[in-house]
Amino acid sequence: MGRLAQIGRRLAQAIRKLGSVVLFLLTMLQAMPYALRRPRLVTVQIHNAGVLSLVIIMTSGFFVGMVVGLQGYDAFSRLRQEDLLGAAAALSLIKELGPVVTALLFAGRAGTALTAEIGLMKATDQLSAMEVMAIDPMGRIVAPRFLGGLIAVPFLTAIFNSVGILGAYFVGVQLMGVDNGAFWSQMQEYVDSGDIREGIIKSLAFGGAASLVAVFEGYTADRTAEGVGLATTRTVVVTSVLVLILDYMITSFLL
Amino acid sequence: MIEIDDLRFSIAGRRIFDGLNLRIASGTVTAIMGPSGTGKTTLLRMITGQLRPGSGSVRVDGREVPALDRAGLYDLRRHIGMLFQNSALLTDDTVFDNVAFPLREHTRLPERLIRTVVLTKLHAVGLRGAARLMPSELSGGMARRVALARAMALDPDLLLYDEPFAGLDPISLGMILRLIKVNNDVLGVTSVVVSHDVEQISRIADYCYVVSGGRVIGEGTPEQLRHSDSALIQQFMSGAADGPVPFHYPASPYRDELLGGRS
Amino acid sequence: MESTPARELGAGMFILLGFASLFFLATQTTNVESYVNDKGYTVTARFEDVAGLKERAPVTMAGVTIGRVERISFDPKALNAVVSMRISPEFDEIPDDSDAAILTAGLLGSKYVGIGPGGSETYLKNNSQIQLTQSAIVLENIIGKLLFKLGMENDSSKPAE
Repeated sequence: MGRLAQIGRRLAQAIRKLGSVVLFLLTMLQAMPYALRRPRLVTVQIHNAGVLSLVIIMTSGFFVGMVVGLQGYDAFSRLRQEDLLGAAAALSLIKELGPVVTALLFAGRAGTALTAEIGLMKATDQLSAMEVMAIDPMGRIVAPRFLGGLIAVPFLTAIFNSVGILGAYFVGVQLMGVDNGAFWSQMQEYVDSGDIREGIIKSLAFGGAASLVAVFEGYTADRTAEGVGLATTRTVVVTSVLVLILDYMITSFLL
Repeated sequence: MIEIDDLRFSIAGRRIFDGLNLRIASGTVTAIMGPSGTGKTTLLRMITGQLRPGSGSVRVDGREVPALDRAGLYDLRRHIGMLFQNSALLTDDTVFDNVAFPLREHTRLPERLIRTVVLTKLHAVGLRGAARLMPSELSGGMARRVALARAMALDPDLLLYDEPFAGLDPISLGMILRLIKVNNDVLGVTSVVVSHDVEQISRIADYCYVVSGGRVIGEGTPEQLRHSDSALIQQFMSGAADGPVPFHYPASPYRDELLGGRS
Repeated sequence: MESTPARELGAGMFILLGFASLFFLATQTTNVESYVNDKGYTVTARFEDVAGLKERAPVTMAGVTIGRVERISFDPKALNAVVSMRISPEFDEIPDDSDAAILTAGLLGSKYVGIGPGGSETYLKNNSQIQLTQSAIVLENIIGKLLFKLGMENDSSKPAE
């Protein structure tokens, strides 16, 4: 009985949390016009979310691409179909690996930074001070950061994919000796703009989800050092799980 | 300027205010004193409309704060400046940008004019030379003076000070005291100072309220309070360790707990 | 902390790099020309069996991709499959008595449509139908037939002994 009650309480808690996320999103959307009238604020956040994640995204992309090239070469050489390596690498990167890995890296690099930043601003009364100055922190602080992430992630994904394909090219063509022409022509044969569109849709959804989680956790963090730390951890955990769930859902809708 | 009637409020089952009444007259320095944890900061947050009371009335400048909508609140807040205990400067912006922040947000002044206003305000707090510093490069006292310059940027009618003396060295403290006094005397700003530093606040306050247990337990000029016959106010004003507010947090008898273990 | 102009510059470069990557993906990984969206014209063909043919599969002529399969549907009256194909506009002189076959890339590869040229002087145009078709070769059927035929041969050879 006690166990059942506990499960019920947990469930109620989860539903309340979901509701508070939705309310948070609505409040943020209300504050959106403020941010849109100040594109400068958004630009700075694109810099923070995008430029500062660039090194990790490009490094990871190149190595993921190299692994795909290596594994793909190993699998296709067993079937005597090495020429398909380019197509397989491009498809797996564009449709799956690119959006998912980029979103996970983004959560770790930029998402945690967003949560910690907003959480600390809250803990040091900076958000409160803005309210007293009749400036809505939702519009001034939260919305630009959300937009910055939302815009940066699809671009980061495209960069990840491109670097990844170069990584696969490097391993497949340069190291393993797959025919250069076949690598690119098979890729062009099998990848069509629908695949790229699928990747872009995913990266937009993941970027939105990751940014929303990051700013929400920061904004609702407890006003203590421990609270901000916990919120940062939750950002990574929640984003990771959410991205993987969303990935399955979007894939099943689009296939 | 501020009229609070029968204010009641509780957080998580703990009663913070239980029928609080107070009046703050325009153009005065009013001190709100009381032991830590009596909701003095909460009271300020109600005056700015960041918190809504459970019941009762909070009127600022004739406007019923809890009833205001967003636009009304924001309009009200443009006439209020607040100094936070931890200064709450924007850590990413320079001292100059921090003071310029409310001006840039709320006015369409050209940058040249903003510069003039900001430098004037910084000069008033004696920190014009620190305009290019980042908040992390300031001492606690300097940060609080910058925050005060920011709170004054839009020439508010009402300035709220939350524990302005906490954690300051005597020199910084003297500066803040002087600034509060000057703001009030020269600019005619109504000031509400929340503090438990009786000695300091008595030097500048026109009128004091002592809040404890969710209600006002004493009021008057500092002089009147010092000669109050209430034991509680006496304890508070003189800073005695024991009295009506006991030194010990409620506990079981010392002897029982030490000898009896946890039975 | 960097100044705002520096960060704006960084953000701008980042967006440019992102667009360059998108451009790279759009042009290097996909064959834009062979993927015709609204351009070109549609022809249909009816097959008894399209097993394994997928939408967007290439339509080829002499091994060159000239279009893509747009839609595959089932005609409940004629009980056969209707395949509509979008042909790129530059291939507008395909004789209207050409035939269409569903072919397989390699032994187990993916299915595609191959058009064999006819000799007519009039050409396929929008919404025309290819009359001559050859269905997909389903490997199981062939093996089945082969085994059956082998069995028959064995049977018929026995009495001759």
